[in-house]
Amino acid sequence: MILVVSEHQRGTVTRATWEVLAAAQAFAGNAPIRVVVLGHENSALAGELSSAGVGEVLSAVHPALAGYTADGYVAAIQQVMTQVGPHLVLLPHSYQTRDFAPRLAARLHVAIVTDAIALEGTPEAPLITRPMFQGKLVAQVRPAQSGPALVSIQVGAFRADSLKRAAAPAPIRTIEVVLDTAEIRQRPEAPFQEAKQAVDLSQAERIVSVGRGIKTRENLAVAEALATALRAEIAASRPICDNGWLPMERQIGSSGQTVAPKLYVALGISGAIQHLVGMKGSRTIVAINKDADAPIFEVADYGIVGDLFEVAPAIVTALEKA
Amino acid sequence: MKIAVCVKQVPTREWQPRLNEAGTWIREQDASFELNEPDAYALEEGLRLREEHGGEVVVCAAGPARVQQVLREALARGADRAIHVEDAGLGSADGFVIAQALAHAMTDERFDLVLTGLQSDDQGHGVTGVVLAEHLKVPHATIIMKVEVQDGNLRVKRELEGGWFQWMTLPLPALLTIQSGINQLRYATLKGIMAAKKKEIRKVAPPQDLASALNIISLSVPSRRKRTQMLAGSPAEAAAELVRRLRDEARAL
Repeated sequence: MILVVSEHQRGTVTRATWEVLAAAQAFAGNAPIRVVVLGHENSALAGELSSAGVGEVLSAVHPALAGYTADGYVAAIQQVMTQVGPHLVLLPHSYQTRDFAPRLAARLHVAIVTDAIALEGTPEAPLITRPMFQGKLVAQVRPAQSGPALVSIQVGAFRADSLKRAAAPAPIRTIEVVLDTAEIRQRPEAPFQEAKQAVDLSQAERIVSVGRGIKTRENLAVAEALATALRAEIAASRPICDNGWLPMERQIGSSGQTVAPKLYVALGISGAIQHLVGMKGSRTIVAINKDADAPIFEVADYGIVGDLFEVAPAIVTALEKA
Repeated sequence: MKIAVCVKQVPTREWQPRLNEAGTWIREQDASFELNEPDAYALEEGLRLREEHGGEVVVCAAGPARVQQVLREALARGADRAIHVEDAGLGSADGFVIAQALAHAMTDERFDLVLTGLQSDDQGHGVTGVVLAEHLKVPHATIIMKVEVQDGNLRVKRELEGGWFQWMTLPLPALLTIQSGINQLRYATLKGIMAAKKKEIRKVAPPQDLASALNIISLSVPSRRKRTQMLAGSPAEAAAELVRRLRDEARAL
């Protein structure tokens, strides 16, 4: 049996959860799938999940699960796993999973494999594909511990719309979790957004995005000239915003904005997965990088291996002629 | 405050991957190594907290002898002393093993605060810090963008996805994984490099019964999923061809 740990934000099941359910369905064979939702008032979420083509929805409830905490989730999922005895546990590779799942694995002495992009074998003995070395290599790994492995699925690796939903809703079973609230040591406050984002890059038709290859703040002028010529918005990968060269609101990737413009030009961006998840839905992707092996070329439609300081001005010139 | 910062040594960003003959690990002899960048932010945060609240910063690493290089660098940037869990086999170990090895050497030190980077730029499991917190029996919080110390508690700003954040309070002792970009990094001064030579690096043997989370069956260079059209020629030629394709083929202009 495969247990999927669902995730919800602001009252709805996240898209990453549907992707994990699709991954579970594609991998399960004849193995049954159950999905667990953790919270306090869960009926709407459990109802949403009951259409997912799973055998059963488990609603793990406790007032202390109303908001997410690592200690609360570790204790609650441990109890659910003990009750239902899964062979494999699948989760989205989200910030939330990264916060609690390693601790859950350590407590249960089971294996954890994060950031999976493909699953083969059986739920009892999975062979898991995941990136390593910043996406320069891909590894096939096997859990080295007996007991159910925890495997987190990379966001975007499976398509949510490939999930075969059931005609009739799955039964929902409530599990009353026993929690000692004194053992929950994190006291969270309400999530918030920094000042309303002034630029909504998700609406941009064309984006020119810069990465480490730009080298200095002054060199941003090269990218800005190209953006002007293309009538594009300027954006960046995380290190550029970390350095303060562009405001955080122009950051594309898992911790920034997710975009899908008509045209995305990546200048000097190597293509770490944290960046790719924010832009790989773009209709046409152009990558310009001096390193022919940069992972960005894997998602690009057009690639130029070269010095961006020569290529970007040449494109501006070519656009003027066109 | 007694602060530990856990760091890792990883291949440099410019390194081009080459595999061993079995295709199960990299050819380490071809790689050059550097401080894992996310850990550099954790170290900087530790140094800033010491400057604000006093105490000491102890930099901790688990790995083969080569790891001394990043410990010396951390000492040169201002850490007070170092702990090195040394074993040749730790170079290719997963985060589970590293966390057990570190916990073995760190438990008796009773640190008030343990900081790690978000993940390593080599295997990138992103589990070491959180597993270490479980072994040290302290609470944790991850992907932290701000750290405030208030009467025996930490108030930290956690980064969530898609531009959301959350403040969270947890009691000390605790472990935090630090998000890259939380601060501006300092670099070692000549004076710091000289001072580092006199600082202590305590070597510890790893425990006997280290359990891995996973076995690497194979490593390979990823195959392209998408057909990328590579445009060759001089910059001017490639640029002209790109503009033509974007206009006529992709209709993206």
